[in-house]
Amino acid sequence: MPIQYYIILALVLFCIGIIGVLIRRNAIIIFMCIELMLNAANLLLVAFSKMHNAAATANNTNVGIEGQLFVFFIMVVAAAEVSIGLAIIVMMFRNVHSIDINFLNRLKN
Amino acid sequence: MNQLVYLIPLLPLIGFLINGLLRKSLSKSVIAIIGSGVILASFVISLVLFFQVKSSGGQIINYFNLINLDKLVIPFAFQIDQLSSLFLLIITGIGFLIHLYSAAYMHEETNEHYGRYFAYLNLFVFSMLLLVMGANYVIMFFGWEGVGLCSYLLIGFWFKNDNYNYAAKKAFIMNRIGDLGFLLAVFWMIAKIGTVNYTDVFAATSNFSSADITAITILLFIGAMGKSAQIPLYTWLPDAMAGPTPVSALIHAATMVTAGIYMITRSNILYSLSEVTQHLVAIVGLATALFAATIAIKQNDIKKVLAYSTVSQLGYMFLGLGVGAYTGAVFHVMTHAFFKALLFLGAGSVIHAMHHEQDMRKMGGLKKYLPITHITFLVGCIAISGIPPFSGFFSKDEILAAAYAKNPIYWGIGVATAALTAFYMFRLYATTFLGNFRGSHEQAHHLHESPSAMTIPLIVLAALSVVGGFFNVPEVLGGHSSLHQFLSPAITSEVVHEASHSTEYMLMGISVAVAVIAIVIAINKFSKKPELQDAQGFAKVLENKWYVDELYDNIIVKPLNSLGSFFKNIIERRGIDGMVNGVGKLVNYSARQLRLLQSGLVGGYILFMVLAIIVLIYVWINDNHILSFFYKYF
Amino acid sequence: MAITEIIFWFLSALAVISAIMVVLSKSPVHSVLWLIAVFFAISGHYVLLNAQFIAIVNIIVYAGAIMVLFLFVLMLMNLNKETEPQKNLWMKLTGVVSGGCLLIILISLVRQATEIKGKIAVTKTGDIGLIKVLGKELFSSYVVPFEISSVLFLSAMIGAVVIGKKD
Repeated sequence: MPIQYYIILALVLFCIGIIGVLIRRNAIIIFMCIELMLNAANLLLVAFSKMHNAAATANNTNVGIEGQLFVFFIMVVAAAEVSIGLAIIVMMFRNVHSIDINFLNRLKN
Repeated sequence: MNQLVYLIPLLPLIGFLINGLLRKSLSKSVIAIIGSGVILASFVISLVLFFQVKSSGGQIINYFNLINLDKLVIPFAFQIDQLSSLFLLIITGIGFLIHLYSAAYMHEETNEHYGRYFAYLNLFVFSMLLLVMGANYVIMFFGWEGVGLCSYLLIGFWFKNDNYNYAAKKAFIMNRIGDLGFLLAVFWMIAKIGTVNYTDVFAATSNFSSADITAITILLFIGAMGKSAQIPLYTWLPDAMAGPTPVSALIHAATMVTAGIYMITRSNILYSLSEVTQHLVAIVGLATALFAATIAIKQNDIKKVLAYSTVSQLGYMFLGLGVGAYTGAVFHVMTHAFFKALLFLGAGSVIHAMHHEQDMRKMGGLKKYLPITHITFLVGCIAISGIPPFSGFFSKDEILAAAYAKNPIYWGIGVATAALTAFYMFRLYATTFLGNFRGSHEQAHHLHESPSAMTIPLIVLAALSVVGGFFNVPEVLGGHSSLHQFLSPAITSEVVHEASHSTEYMLMGISVAVAVIAIVIAINKFSKKPELQDAQGFAKVLENKWYVDELYDNIIVKPLNSLGSFFKNIIERRGIDGMVNGVGKLVNYSARQLRLLQSGLVGGYILFMVLAIIVLIYVWINDNHILSFFYKYF
Repeated sequence: MAITEIIFWFLSALAVISAIMVVLSKSPVHSVLWLIAVFFAISGHYVLLNAQFIAIVNIIVYAGAIMVLFLFVLMLMNLNKETEPQKNLWMKLTGVVSGGCLLIILISLVRQATEIKGKIAVTKTGDIGLIKVLGKELFSSYVVPFEISSVLFLSAMIGAVVIGKKD
């Protein structure tokens, strides 16, 4: 498939994620939208990986493998991030009994 | 000997530093010895130098380049020639006598002020020496500014009295006006021929257009007006009487006011090329001479009379400069330095004896209490009145003869002024020394002759006043005009006037006769019944100095003040403050509004982040267009 | 139209629609379920690109572990009410408009880009996505980052425990 299709698909997903972040107030939903954006990036990385692999000469088959390894590491980091993030949300819920991010305005003071 | 030249100004500078820095720890006698000693040493060196110049001519001594810019090179150099060596003698000689006199006169001051006084005095002499010795207009300008500063410091020496401070400020400001003219003249020279060395400038006169020369000489003359107290910048000099009396003597006799004369004499080559300026100088000088003499007639303060007399005599010198009698002017500077220093120091002696009473109406009959002062003062009065064979006669006669050769009207006014001079000087003499004592009982009790440190300078100066004229006895009286011959290498544009001996005899006769008549009238009128009551009618106008101060006040000071308050109240408050405060208020207001954006809501921050990313990407895509837009318009 | 293209378009449509539903769902639990659908669609794309390892890991880690964690938290806090306070309309509109602007500007960027003209992401073939190849690479060239990521996990675990601890 032409690489543009993948790029545009990833962009659409990414922007949906951004819009979700912008219009929702539920911290968990926002968090999920961030995951969505991460996945859009992952998809793009894999697509590029395959693109470079195809463009390379035949005898060097491992060209572009870094893209997929990178996706793997992003998933690792995402998993860690989610565990911490959810822990923070749980703690926030305990303190303010809500997960509305508009209550996260302590920085103002 | 040449290697010692730099010591002449350096020694007073060292004296200034020692006295100025250590004034609290030195005793008065040490201060006086240092202060006077350095001047005496300078005098001795100057004396040796004088004879050396006399035998082998002058020279220019270069030390280093003061300013070295591309094509403009201004060396720090001294020019020792006939003219400057003569002035050096006057400055250091008279200066030394005044220092000596001051040591006794100022003895009542505390240690600290005593040291300060001598420090200023030394600095004054240093500046004047720099002025005279400099080999270019810039060095002269240093000295020129230096004497202005020192006169300010010394006139305001008793700085606790506000009026004295005003007088000091007045002197300084008046001088500044003149200095501006001087400075512009120097700039003009630099712009036209790119050099300020006397020798180069005078050699390059052909590079000037006649308009340039007229402009430069007039600007220089404005500088001289300020320093040498000519109309219209003369009013500071009488007010300068606020300073201690020896300072007045120093300002009036040896230094400061002679700077203008020296400068014009030095530039005689330029001046003789501009007819217009010469006429201007002569007329201003003459007007000043007459004007100041009329004021002097009605002054009651002993020092004020002498001050106006100085202004008047300076007018004479400018008359001499204007008619091309440069030697005559220099000669008059010399004799005037003798008798004016004598008169001021004598007045100081009187004031000292009278416990700082300066009003002549409260004196009288001091003849028998102050014998030495009386005799020397009388000598000074005769000398200034121009009675032969005292020194004033010769110098004044020379200027008058030159004036006659140029224009008999000049001569007529000059003689009238001479008569007035004789009249007011003997009015002063008669009121002070003749008749009966009119002061308080207590003052009468304490009347005493001054200490020898004060009388010795008086005697020396009196002797010089008597014989000073013989340095330049004109040919018509059997002399050799030795000063003329001596100065001729330095003053190349002297106008030689040819007059028959009979004419000269007649001119002398008339001026002497007029002076004698004036003296007789004055003594008759004032020795028995001096005018004690306030003046009436026209005399009142004279007593109030033609209301010139009030005139200046009204046409210059008050408009300036109202302009100042306009700037202060309207421009400053509304405009500049308004601008500054407005910026402050704007920042404050916009900060208040922008603060609302910092809501603390995460959503808002993310929104701004997204918007910023959009803008950045847009800029990145279109950077060529945006950059060309900026290049086009900025 | 080849079968590959049909699958591509189907998976793309599924991913986009599910993503939109993630944002629009009132209930957080529904959002989570829609997000799992997105992940499955993306995994399908990975399979299409013959990136088998990534596809499997995506399903196991994301759709399995992470989303279960989300669900778990939601259930734990009993947040499945549809009472989430809504942002006002203007804020929503601004969000949509600015997100849309970003999309437009990025797409225009892609359309301008000349380096990717005519480039193909190979589907169905290629062996760099195989577990064997990736595993070799991971345990040879990338062994240090791999081990460091384990440290990251450890610290994340400790951090989660510390933060979540009731004090």
